[in-house]
Formats: sequence, structure tokens, C-alpha cells
Amino acid sequence: MNSSEKKSLQITACKIRMDAVTGVFHAKSGHPGGSLSAADLLAYLYFKEMKVNPENPSDPDRDRFVLSKGHCCPGLYGALAERGFFSPEEMKTLRHIGSMLQGHPNMNDTPGVDMSTGSLGQGISAACGMAMAAKMDGKAYRVYSILGDGEIEEGQVWEAAMFAAHNKLDNLCLVVDSNGLQIDGPVEEVAGPAPIDEKFHAFGFDVQVIDGHDFDAIDAAFAHARTVKGKPSVIIAKTVKGKDVSFMENQVGWHGTAPNAEQYETAMNDLNKVLAGLEAE
Amino acid sequence: MAEMVKIATRESFGNAIAEFADQYPDVVVLDADLAAATKTGIFKKAHPDRFIDCGIAECNMVGVAAGLAACGKIPFAASFAMFSAGRAFEQVRNSVGYPHLNVKIVGSHAGISVGEDGATHQCCEDIGLMRTIPGMVILNPADHYEMRAAVKAAIEYNGPVYLRLGRLAVESVNNNDDYTFEIGKGITLRDGSDITVIATGLLVGEAVKAADALKNEGISVRVIDMHTIKPIDREIILKAAKETGKIVTAEEHNVIGGLGDAVASVLSEECPTPLVKIGVNDEFGYSGPAVDLLKQFGLCASHIEEVVKKTLGK
Repeated sequence: MNSSEKKSLQITACKIRMDAVTGVFHAKSGHPGGSLSAADLLAYLYFKEMKVNPENPSDPDRDRFVLSKGHCCPGLYGALAERGFFSPEEMKTLRHIGSMLQGHPNMNDTPGVDMSTGSLGQGISAACGMAMAAKMDGKAYRVYSILGDGEIEEGQVWEAAMFAAHNKLDNLCLVVDSNGLQIDGPVEEVAGPAPIDEKFHAFGFDVQVIDGHDFDAIDAAFAHARTVKGKPSVIIAKTVKGKDVSFMENQVGWHGTAPNAEQYETAMNDLNKVLAGLEAE
Repeated sequence: MAEMVKIATRESFGNAIAEFADQYPDVVVLDADLAAATKTGIFKKAHPDRFIDCGIAECNMVGVAAGLAACGKIPFAASFAMFSAGRAFEQVRNSVGYPHLNVKIVGSHAGISVGEDGATHQCCEDIGLMRTIPGMVILNPADHYEMRAAVKAAIEYNGPVYLRLGRLAVESVNNNDDYTFEIGKGITLRDGSDITVIATGLLVGEAVKAADALKNEGISVRVIDMHTIKPIDREIILKAAKETGKIVTAEEHNVIGGLGDAVASVLSEECPTPLVKIGVNDEFGYSGPAVDLLKQFGLCASHIEEVVKKTLGK
């Protein structure tokens, strides 16, 4: 990946963060922390990795994406908006009555959303079903799914992991957005799924652990995942919850809280500074 | 008349889905380590490349089915009713019901006629659970011929369906040549004017036996085979209420949440009519031979006869 491509992705990720924060601010509720931690991964998926077409969101040959940690849809909606599936202005309707942007993803309401999710642990199973369908039909599309590191405490995640490996779903690439925090506190203090990498390895996955904010690392990891044959892939992305908003970074309390007007202004200032820095380079 | 056969509806299901597979190439079948019991094994043998054994992981199975449906397949996800509708309820609700995906949830070994396995496997709550999911169609066929027709209808219907199968062999009652099956349309198997028995699943055959016996005693009993619990056939219920004045429902399910409640809801809203519900009276089952259990729980022709007479004051 050359430097201009990398900068373009960084700028896109920053815009996704702005969209996410704007949506949550206008909704007066929602989940900013995990949306911000996953923004770089979403930018990479929608602007580099996946074959999708905003003009034809239901193209049967498109790559699929399932946001298994559905509560982080402000981030997903930001990515879809930036990619052209709908206007970024829609973000202001998030969680409002009649909005196409529900509090958790609804595949029937929102162009570009491939699966309705929100109840944790379920998206990964649907992603397995999609990958299975591709295999049965001899189709080349790939299936991607982002999970939370808290989400993997759900038993269904491991049922699905077993299924993916048993069925050799090498067209399935999972990403664990490992930001280390869940609602009740640090993941390791609440239920402790560590070592995540060893668990997925034991379940038969190709495992990579990367810095989820480093686009070179993200690029290399997805490129490697494409070469894996005979087993599914997982990329464990170490991330910062609330990334790039000063007062949200690594704060448990910003899992599912909306900023007030003053906080929103600070957040947008923080993100505008990041954007200005990128554009000045 | 088609041949009268005595066969379990699970067996009819397994044969039907295997037979229809060529005609409907998008049909795929999933099971959770119970293929021999649910009879999806028949499909597996005929179409191994379209069969997915998910192992003992019903919640994942339902999610996988949702993903398959999102990519154009018509998945039938089968397990015992206790597990496909019970254990995986929330997956059915959120991954299938909410997105209205074209998944068919198959609940085999429903009711207490599972028999010897006992209470943990005797699901008498599945209809209630599935009824509360918006947009879910619930089919509970009475016999071999109805199951075949229901499987075809479920394939052709685009949306979530819950299909209930029984373990015990049942005599066919729908073997007449002009039999037609339509989702949401009950079938009048016996006409009558004194009272109506609305039955579903295994109890349909028992209701017919009861009606035929009562006829000899001069009691005219209408029998309705309500193969679709949701959407319920309001028209046939109201017509029966107006013409016969009294209704008895019969089902192998808890009297809370099942057919009886669905009928009661229609009657109380549109035509208040005396109603007696025959079913499992809000209790757990226990181990024993299926036929004996059904007698003990009053899920048999002789008990229907008693209830009908009592309701008529005879």
C-alpha cells in the first residue's frame, strides 16, 4: 500500500469517526466507544478489501459483511455513508422514529447492511452461513465479520468457530476488535476470554494479531488472510476504545453513552485536528 | 381415496423434503446431530451435498440457516422442538424473525408423545414461543398427506415458517382425493351442528374418532383440522362458533399459548362463545410409553368424547 492510499484510508476512517459521533450525538444515545475503535478496520474493509457496489447493494456476487457486534453500527453506518450507500446527512436521523438507521443493524432498512445483528454472538453464525452458501454455489465472494472482544464471551461464538473450521470456510475472515473494554469494565476483569489468539488457534483458525489502527498491518493481515486455504481466518486487532476522541479513549463509560453538546464540540474538534493533520502532511 | 397410512409425521417430512429437493434446488437441510430421529437423514442420504450437520449446537445452526437464506438458499433447520424452538428461541427471533429471512425451523418430537425421554424433551411450549414472533407462520400437520403438502407449501412460501413434527405414528385422515392444503386455511373434516372440535397435529385423528363415536350417540360434532396455527383461520372459527355455538380445542401442547389460546382470542374479540381447551394443563410431562402418556394427559379420543358431552350437558 503506497502512502497516498494509506493517507486516503486514514482520512476516511476519521470521517467515519465523525459520522459515528455525530449520529450518536443526534440520537442522544448509542455506542461511540466501539464504533471509534473499529473505524480503521471498517474504512479498510469498505474502501480497500471488499468488493461492494453502492449502486447495486444486493449484487449476489458481492463480498458480505456482518457486524456481529451490532451495537457499533454508528461506525458501520459511517462507513456505508462515506462509501456512498446513502448520504452522511442520514447520520443525524440515527435511532429516530422512521429512520433507516436503527439502533442496531437492520438488513431490510439500510442499503449495504447484509445482516440484521445486535444480539451478541449471532452475527458470526450468519457469516458462517453466508460463507457456506458461497462454497455450495461455487461462488468467489468472501465474508467478513467484526466481533467484539467482550462479545466472544457468548458461547455461540465458539459453536460458530467450530463450525467454520470443520467446514473449512477459508472464504470467511473474522476480525476481533480487541479494545479491551466492555460495559461492566475491562474485559479481563469481567470474564477474561484471554488468550484469544490461542483459543482461535485451538479452534482451527489461521490467527493474526495486529495493531488495529496501523493500516500497513491491517493491509498485510487481510492480504495474508486471502492466501489461507482450508481454514477460516481471524485477525485479532488490538484497538483503543474511543480512538481519537480525547476524553473517550480507553474509558469504559463511553461504551454506550452519547456526548452532550459541549462534549460533542470537543469530540469534533479532536477529530478535525486529526483530519487537518492528515491533510497537511 | 388415497391409501390410509399410519406413519409418523417426522417420517413423512423426511421423505417429502428428500423428494422435493430436485424440484427446488435452493432447498438445503441442516440438523444438529439428530438426523436419524428428525428423519432429515433421508434427505442427507439422497442429497449429501445439500445437507449440513451442525453438530450439537442449535443456536449456531439457526444463525447459519439465516446466513444461507440471506444468500438465496431455502434452509430447513431441524432438531427436536425443545431445541430448535426452545433453546434457540432468541436466535429464531433475532436472526430469522426480525429480518424475515426465508428459514424453515423444524421442530420434531414435539409434545409429550416423545414418550420415554421424559419432561426435558417433551416440548409443549413451542407453539406459544413461535406464535409471539411477528411474521412467523406455524404449521402443525395432522398426518402423512398433510405433512407432504405442508412441506411443499413451506418451500414455496417466502418467509420464516415453524414446522412441527411428531414422533408417533398417526393414521391418516386427509387421504381423500380432493384434499387441498393452503397456509392459513383450516379443513373441515366432519360437518356437525351441535358443537365443534378444533384440533391440530396428532389430536386431529383423535377428534375424528371421537366425532364418529359420538355420531352413533346422536351427537353431531364438527371437526376442524387446524394445520396452521398462525395465521389462524378466523373465518372457519367464527363460522363454527355461529353455527354450532360451542367450541372445544384439542392440542398436544400447553393450554397456555397454543391453539386453544389462538382460538380463544378470535372468539373473545369477534364472537364470544363457550370454549373448552383440551391440552397439557400447564404441567411438565414424565417418562412413559407415548400412547399411555397421551391417555393420562387426556389427549385421546375418549377424553374428547367426555369433554364434548360435558360441554353439551349430556
